[in-house]
Formats: sequence, C-alpha cells, structure tokens
Amino acid sequence: METGRPPALPPSPPPLLPPPALPAGYEVRRGSPGAPRPRRWALPESRRSQTPRGSHGAPAAHPRSASGKPAEPATAGSGAEPGLPRPRPSGRPRRPSSRPGGAFGARRRFRGERPAPAPNRRRPAARPSFTPAGVSAPAEQRRGEGPEGGGAAGRGGRRRGQRRQRRGQPRRGLPARRQAGGREGSAAAAAAMEELDVEPQLMVVPGADPSARQLCFAWGPAEVLVCETLFGRRGSGEGGPSSSRVFVVRRDQDIYIQTLRKLFNESHGIFVGLQRSEEELAGKSRKAQLVQVSKNYRSVIRACMEDMHQAAISTRDPALHSQYSTQVSILSAMELIWNLCEILFVEAAAAGPLLLRLLDWVRLHVCDVDNMVREVLSSENPSKHELFWNVVDVFVLQGRMDEARHLLSKEASANPASVNMYKILDDLMKKMPMPSLGNTQTLTEMELKWQHWHEECQRYLQDGTFASNSHMESICKILLGDEDAILEKKELMTTWYHFLVTRLLYSHPTVKPMELRFYAQSSMDLFLGGESSPEPLDTILMAAFEFEMHQVIKECSIALSNWWFVAHLTDLLDHCKLLQSHNLYFGSNMREFLLLEYASGLFSHHSLWQLGVDYFDHCPEYGRVYLELHIERIPLNTEQKALKVLRICEQRQMHEQVRSICKIMAMKALRNNRLGSALSWSIRAKDAAFATLISDRFLKDYCERGCFSDLDLIDNLGPSMLLSDRLTFLGKYREFHRLYGEKRFSEAAKLLLMLMTAHIAPCSFWMTLLTDALPLLEQKEVIFSAEQTYELMRCLEDLTAGKSDKQKFQDDDVETMKVEMLRLALARNLARVIVKEGTLEGS
Amino acid sequence: MAGPGPGPGPGPAGRAPRRAPPSLSLRARRRAAANQQARGGAGGSRRAAGAAMEDVCAKFVSQKISKTRWRPLPAAALQPPDLFATGSWDNEDNRVSIWSVGELGNVGLGGEYQGEPQLLCDIRHNGDVMDMQFLDQERIVVASSTGTVTVFRHHQNNQTLSANQRWEKAHYHVDQNTSCGGAACTGVICNNPEIVTVGEDGRINLFRADQKDAVRTIDNADSSTLHAVTFLRTTEILTVNSIGQLKIWDLRQQRNEPSQILSLTGDRVPLHCVDRHPNQQHIVATGGQDGMLSIWDIRQGTMPVSLLNAHEAEMWEVHFHPSNPDHLFTCSEDGSLWHWDTSTDISEKPSFLHQGGRSTTYFSHSTINQSVVSAWLSNDPTKDRMEITNLIPNQTLSVNSLDILGPCLVYGTDAEAIYVNRQLFA
Repeated sequence: METGRPPALPPSPPPLLPPPALPAGYEVRRGSPGAPRPRRWALPESRRSQTPRGSHGAPAAHPRSASGKPAEPATAGSGAEPGLPRPRPSGRPRRPSSRPGGAFGARRRFRGERPAPAPNRRRPAARPSFTPAGVSAPAEQRRGEGPEGGGAAGRGGRRRGQRRQRRGQPRRGLPARRQAGGREGSAAAAAAMEELDVEPQLMVVPGADPSARQLCFAWGPAEVLVCETLFGRRGSGEGGPSSSRVFVVRRDQDIYIQTLRKLFNESHGIFVGLQRSEEELAGKSRKAQLVQVSKNYRSVIRACMEDMHQAAISTRDPALHSQYSTQVSILSAMELIWNLCEILFVEAAAAGPLLLRLLDWVRLHVCDVDNMVREVLSSENPSKHELFWNVVDVFVLQGRMDEARHLLSKEASANPASVNMYKILDDLMKKMPMPSLGNTQTLTEMELKWQHWHEECQRYLQDGTFASNSHMESICKILLGDEDAILEKKELMTTWYHFLVTRLLYSHPTVKPMELRFYAQSSMDLFLGGESSPEPLDTILMAAFEFEMHQVIKECSIALSNWWFVAHLTDLLDHCKLLQSHNLYFGSNMREFLLLEYASGLFSHHSLWQLGVDYFDHCPEYGRVYLELHIERIPLNTEQKALKVLRICEQRQMHEQVRSICKIMAMKALRNNRLGSALSWSIRAKDAAFATLISDRFLKDYCERGCFSDLDLIDNLGPSMLLSDRLTFLGKYREFHRLYGEKRFSEAAKLLLMLMTAHIAPCSFWMTLLTDALPLLEQKEVIFSAEQTYELMRCLEDLTAGKSDKQKFQDDDVETMKVEMLRLALARNLARVIVKEGTLEGS
Repeated sequence: MAGPGPGPGPGPAGRAPRRAPPSLSLRARRRAAANQQARGGAGGSRRAAGAAMEDVCAKFVSQKISKTRWRPLPAAALQPPDLFATGSWDNEDNRVSIWSVGELGNVGLGGEYQGEPQLLCDIRHNGDVMDMQFLDQERIVVASSTGTVTVFRHHQNNQTLSANQRWEKAHYHVDQNTSCGGAACTGVICNNPEIVTVGEDGRINLFRADQKDAVRTIDNADSSTLHAVTFLRTTEILTVNSIGQLKIWDLRQQRNEPSQILSLTGDRVPLHCVDRHPNQQHIVATGGQDGMLSIWDIRQGTMPVSLLNAHEAEMWEVHFHPSNPDHLFTCSEDGSLWHWDTSTDISEKPSFLHQGGRSTTYFSHSTINQSVVSAWLSNDPTKDRMEITNLIPNQTLSVNSLDILGPCLVYGTDAEAIYVNRQLFA
C-alpha cells in the first residue's frame, strides 16, 4: 500500500507527491517519547506540565489528560454531555443546547463517529460531504490522471483514516491520534495501524442501498464518485439490473454555501493586497499595516455573519434556519478566535494595552447580556427594574465604569439615605487607574497607582462601608479582584474567557503576555469547575493564550469545517514572521500546505476557481504545479471562459497548458465544422500538426466544392501561415486564386509554379495545380516562359512517372484525359513561347 | 525557400495601421500608472482618490457578474438612473437580476445616496449570460451561452421578471452527425424593435421583438467567432470578430456579404468589444485581446485612426459616454477600468454641428480642420490632452462589464461584486 510514509520517503520528494491530509505536526509526536519536542506542535501533555497548577477541572473528560491513554469505552460517552449549555460568543440567538459542539457543531454532520454517542449527536448527513480534512485525491475519472499522480487507492485509504479521526468528535479524536503517533516508525505498518485506531466511520450515501448493490468509488480532486455495482452478486443481482446510480460525494461542503462566497471573494482581495504589500515598511508601520489587514479580514467575517443572520431571520424553512444559525455561530466563533489572535500575535500588545485590548475583545464578543442591558435601560425606571443590579454588575465586570457609574447615580438619587455610600463607590470607580494606550505612564507608575487604589478599596470593604447593601459590597469585592465574588456572577459572564479578563482587570491589570497562560488555565478550571469539560473552542482559545500558535492552527483545522480560516490566519501570521519556517516532511511549509488545500477546494468549485489562482501564485514551492494540474481540468463551455483560462496560463508562461487548451478548443470547433475557428485556435497554440490537419480539411473542401470557405480568415493569415507547410500552401494557393481573379496572370503563374518546384504543395495536390495551370496556358497571351513551361512539363512527368502502370490503368478516363490535355496545352504553349521569345530576341 | 516565399504574407507591411506614436501610448500608460499609485499609496493626491472612492458602493452578490446594464431613461427624464440589470456566468444556476439604487428609503438625510444596491427581483437563466441589452424601459434582451436569446419583461408594479419571448438556439453548430448543438450567442444589440445577435457560430440574426421567427439570418457571416455587434445606422451593423476584423453589414442588401471589412492587418488580434460614437456615427471604438483601444473612422481607410496601448489583458467592454462622448470607458480582464477623457481642451472645439468633410483626413491635422474633428480622431501626439484615470485602485479579478448613463457608472467583476458610482464627474 502506501510507501510514502515519512521514513521511507526519499529525501527530495518528487514535486507531484501529494501531501498527506495533515501537516506533520498535526499527526503525532515524532521521535521517542522521551526526546525533547521538536517544535511547539502538538503534545499537549508536555505543555500541561508548564501550567502552574496541576488541578484540572475534569480530568476524566479532559482531552489533554486523556491523551496518551487508550481510549477507554467508559469515557466514550462522557464527551456527549456538555454540562450547562454554553452561550455563544456573540449576541445571536442561542443555539439549541442539545448540540454540544456549539459553534462547531458543523463537524458533527457526519454519522457514526463513535459506536455509542448520545442519540442527539447523530445527525443524518443531509448531503453527503467530506470535511476539508480530506485531500485532493487524483482525478482519474476526469481528464487523465489527477493532480497528484498515482497511488490513489493506498493513499486515499490512509487519508480516509485520518479524516475519519478528524471528522469525529474532536475530543475523542485527539487522543486516538496521539496514540497512533507513538507507533509511527514502520511505514506501512503505521499507516495500517492508524486505520485501526478508531472504528471506521460510516457515511451514509442517501439513496444508495449497499445491501442490494455493492458500492465502488473513484477519487476526484474534491469529490468522490460512488457508484453501485453488481460485482460479486451474481446470484441475487438478477432481480434488478435496471438502474445503477452514480453519486457525487463532495468533500468541502462549505464552499457551496452561497453566503460564504462573499467571504471567499472579499477575503481574496485582502489576501492579494497583503501579498503585494511592501515588506520594507519599518517595524511600527508594518505592524500597523498587518493589524489593519487583520481587521479587514475580521470585518469581512462580520459582514458575512450579518448576511447569514439576515438570511436566518428571513427564511421560513426551519431546516434552513438552523443551517444558517449554525453558520452564524461558526462565523462568530471564527471571528472571536481571529480577534484574540490579532491581539496576541499580530499586534502583540504589551503589558498594559494588552488588557485594554482584551477588554474590547470581551465587550465585542460577549454580548448575550446586551439584550438585558437594553431592556433595563429602556424601562421607565431602570433603578426599579429587577435586573438593575445585574446590569450594573455586567458593566463592572466588563470594565465599563462610566456606564456603571451613570446607572448608579440614578439609583443614588432614588435613595437619598445611602447617598454617601454611593458617592464612595462612585469615587472608587472613577479613580480606578487604567493602563493607557499611549506611553504616557510607565508600568511601574501604573502599578503604584493601582496598588494605592486597591488598598483604598480594601479599606472601605474592611470598615464595612458597604455592609448595608449586599449588591454594593459585592461590587466592591469585584473591584478588589475577589475571585469568589467574581465567580458568583458566572451567569453574567457566561464564558470563562470573560471571567479571565475580568479577573485580570481587577487583580493583574498589568499582566504580561507571557503570564496570560497561567491565568487562562486557572480561570478555565475555576469557571468550569468540573461541571463541564472544555469544548473545541475553549481548547483553541486556551492554546492562543498559551501562545501556542501551531496548536491554535491545528485545533482550528480540526474543529472548523473549512480551510478558509486556517489558511488565511496562517498566512497572516506568516507575514508577521511569527511562524518559524517549519518545514514539513512533505511539501514546503504549513502556510503553503494550508493555502494549497484551500485553493484546491476553490478549484473544485464550478465558479470560485478563479480565486484559487492567486492563492496558488503565492505558494512558492508547489503552487505552480498545482495550478498547472488544476487549470487543465477547468471545463471550457464557452470561448470566453477559455480565453479567461488562457489568459491565466499565458500570464504565467504555462505553455503546455496554453497548447492543451487551444487544442481542446480547436478540436471542439472542428467537431462543430467551424474550420475557421479551429484554425484560429491552432494558430494561437502554434500547433503545427493540427494546423496541417485543418489545412487539409480546407483543401479537401475546396477540391469537393471548387471554392474556398472562410476566405476572410485565409486571406488574412499573415505571418501565421508559416506555422505549418500545409498552412503555407493553403495561404499561397489562395493567393494564387486571388491573383488569378484579379487577372494578374503572370504573377499567378509564377506563384503556381513555385508551389510545385519548391515542394510546398503536397504531391497529391499537384494534379489540381496543373489543372489550374490549364487556363493560364490557354490564355491568348503567352504567360509561361519557355523555361517555366519546361518546369511544368517536368512536374507533370514526375507526377505520372511516379505511378505504376497498374495504377494508371485503374485511373479513370478523366484522369488520363486530363494528362493528355495538359500535355497538349503545354506543347502548344511551348510552341508559342518559342516563337515569341525568338521574335523578342530577334527584334 | 526560393521564389516569392511566404514573405510578409498577403498583408504587406505597407498597410500597417498608423499606430499612435509610442510616446502617446506610453504617456497614457504612465499616467494611468501614476493615478493608480496615487490611489493606492500615500501623499497629497490620496484625498482626491478617497473622495472618488467614497461614492462607489460595492455589493458582493455571490455570483460572477458578466453583464451590467442601466435601464434606459425616458426621453424627458432629468433624474439619474435608478435601476440596472445584471447577468451572471459560470454558475450552476445563472441569474438575471434587477437592482435598484437610491430608492426604497435609502436616501440619506442630505439627499445623498447611502445604501448599496438592493435586489428587486431575479430570474433563472439557462446558461451563462453572454450579453444583455435593454430593449426599452421594461424589456431586456439576454444572450445565452446555450445560443438562446430571451427577452425578459420586468413588471414594475409587482417587481417580477418573466420570459416574454424566446428564440431557442438562435445560434447553433451543425455537428458532423447533423445533430444541432447550441453555440454561444456572444453579442446582442437592440434598436427597438429590432434585435441583432451574433455568436460563436459566426451567424448574424436579426429579430423583431414581436415576431416569432428571425427576420433575417446570415449564416457563415464569419469564419471565426463574432464577439460583438453594434448599430451604425438603423440599417447598418458592425461586427467584430476573433481575427481582428470589423465587418460592416448593410441589412437592406440581400447579399450575405459584408459591405466593408476593416482590419488590423497582420496581427490578427481578436477584438472583443465595439461601441459607436453616439453623435458621430463614423467613429467607432474597439477593444482587443491585447488590451489595445483602437479608434476607427469607418469612412476612410481600412485601418484604425489610432491605436492606444491600454490594458494589460483582454478589453471586455468599451463605451462612449452616451451624452458626453468625449468621455470613454473601458474595462478589462486585468481588473482595471479606465476613464478616457478628451474633453480637456473642449474650448478649442466650439461645436460639433459643423462636420468636417472628407478633407479632414487623419494624416493632416491641419489647424483649420482640427477644430471640427472629434477629439477622438484628432489625437495629436504632440499634444497631451487625453486624461486617463484608472477608476479601480486595487485591481484583482476581471471587470467583465460596465455601463454608464448620466453621472452613474455600474460595473461587475469576477470577484462577484457589483460597484455603483453615482457621482462620476463630481
């Protein structure tokens, strides 16, 4: 089966070697378990040891702690219960809590991840689909061999194994894959073992009945053709040999979502702009530029989300509605992750501004409470509203001090008795030092101020200033960064990362980027408190807080149902020079791998292929090969489309593809009896053989009909007639006809003779040419000179001498008569010319 | 090879067209490049560029746009156009859509237009939309890659589109096996009630909106693909083909031969688009595969008056401004859209009413004649009077179509976006 597994791989892989489904790091740890990790990739358990606290919320269900151990059946079901339904990161309508994957539910559209998952996780695959984890497999059923050469079955099989893992519920998938890594070593064996690590996943092809017919399949670049066969069912197959069906199974379903096409198109422009942007820009402005690019990407995601949301609202079909809503939540999760990556990686905010950015991030994405705020604020008397204090708390938790104070002042005016208490709290909130964005204050300055303010709060709390009002006391505790007090407001924060930011705000406002990981881990553990286990989104965010960029990309690849996100994010991070040139054992690097996958997906789409071109252009190593192989497979229904494809090839000097496209078009034209078009295409392709073929057709038509078709073309061949001898002859022969028509006989005669003596004319055509000479010989004035007449006679004799006697007899009378007539005409002409030339010389 | 040899071929070098001297075309290109830079980069000119960009609204429509057309305005109308139609291509499910701009409460406080185009209605279209023309206020003629020509009617009261008239396989190939396959209809032009279509099959069809059958068909009008067609007069049409020829057809003559052939000699660069000067019917602009803009005076010579180096790839459309023909717009596969403005020295040309006779040949830019010759024919290389502006700052994918009416420009791209600029001359 597969011989291309890592150890067996030749040092320099042939360019067409297909990349496996995942970059190396995605799969497994390499080397012995005890050896230091080669890179940051993977291996969560070792990362685990870096965290300060050893207490994990729910070890049993924790993916990391589970890693390395065999997947026990006992834990198999534990992934299904997510505890409390988690609010989504944006203010969209809540998703149904029955789907534990939340935003990433899309991945669960596949069946049979596990033997016994909770029933609600089994969603029938409405439309057969692969995840993008699949691979561009060879396209044998299309035109010739697919982009990746041979070895389809074996590789496909292994990939399927990987895909299966990835397609499965991520939590379950991870440990299993890691186990496989331990065994990596013997090439084929490992591949086989990998397959066995998880149970095969079933994907039900709707309409196919495997019990009646066997299914066979063929890989395509992005699709699989599945068809029913009667193979091996000789006995039972007689019942219905009638209809064998062919199914097209697509791998990358997201590409086909209408609304997402906006995302692909708009981000394409940003991508191209980023590639063109000048690298020379110095540090700061370059960073500003990159942050702007990142923001542009995010705004595209947002815009797409809005559209999808609108679509979800406006549709009446509940199935569509839930589909749109799922997409909205996926998009909002993407934006959430992207935004965090932007803060931490692209902008790389320093201590101080970092907190401000994180606060913005939380405010932007935790907006489930916004409805409540709106409701309270719009009520007649906000301070009497039952949720009043909740709103104040929300403001405090999100650090929106001014708004909180504004609300409190209303309450204060309603309670004149305790106005003093309100004033103190208001004062505390007003005085709270915040890090500044500019460089106006140093960190130490800030820390000093903050220490001072903190002590002041402490004092008020201890002397019981707020004792009479539990709400205000809890606010004061929050200001002091009391974890328990903050945790009490869990319902208002809804997510652990909100808790993290609030906690940082009130206890470590000058947190350094590198310290984030400690707080993040403990915040998550505290927040989830063993009640529920982290979801894919949590894992991704956690990896980001831990500055494990590769881990973020890896987890996103697993969790998201499209390549768009990882491809663009990786590219951006690469432009930030943040990804070490991590060369994969195949292909070039991760950025290129992801871009290639994404672009291949685009190319499989009937309309989005044009976008893919630019992505391939910016893959230095394999982009061109991919493009060459993909572009040849674009169906060419109209000439205009062909021209567009041609332009792409010509701009990139892909001569082979230009030739092949022109040939296809020429062949099409020929089949449609459009000789002129066919000739134009073959001239464009500089395809001499084909031009000869078409020229012969033209000449044949002429011989049959006695007149030329497509004169407008043949008369205007110009230098292109040099392409092939036959074409030259065609052009020249037509020129002879034109000269003759214009009564320029001597020129015509000269040309005619030249066509034969210079052997431009094919021998089969000589007789026609000689016949054409007849009227010239019979003209009143003498046209052919004596020498020319001799030449003509020689031509005629050559022609007749070449034929055997037998053939002569077979030739019909017409032919013989023609020869006789020619001989006669030539003789008469010779006589006349001798007389004429003699007289001329004599005179 | 002895004797005459293939030599320069049937088109001797002497017939080469008068190319605009490189200095002009270079200058044009340079200017455009400078504009482009100004728009993309920093500096003082950025403000102006920014101002220009503000008026442009983009809308991503999830389908590649092949054609955009403004609905014509009633003769007496003074307000800018508010409705346009688009057609898509290369989709599994292509559509003809009607969009509105400005109306439906989108008008901002200051009377400024703010919103993006709103979809009013759309209808499925079989095959790629290859070309599209409004026949009148309500009817749109759409050419399909299947060879079918359809007239859609836009019902304005209930905002729906319906097929009004259809000519199935108006363009077709006769297969060797005598089965008929549709051939793409590449161009359509209307002069109510007449509709002329051309196609990949080299056929010209003349339809009447109310008649079921073609009024006239010229089979084998061209041995190669006809790419575009325009009316010269009510009875004369001009076609451009994929071997760089312009052919003029007089529909009154029963002969199936063109009355005149003009060509770019030698190069055989395919021509993709053509437009006629709205006032001076003898001036024709064409755009070719190499992005070259050619201006022709069909009264004289068989070669273009001037060749202007323009885009870097196929020029898909060229349009004279219908009421301000000193302005010309071209768009191209390279993703650019250029505005050519020859009106800078308009003061020199007091009126167009007095036409120059045949004496105003293009070789002699005599000062006497210059004032009456259209700016397009009197391109004096020594005078740099053509302003060229690239209207798209960050070009990526092809701009397939554009249309201008009054101060409004609409264009559609392969990046699945339509753009509307409502203050072109602001």
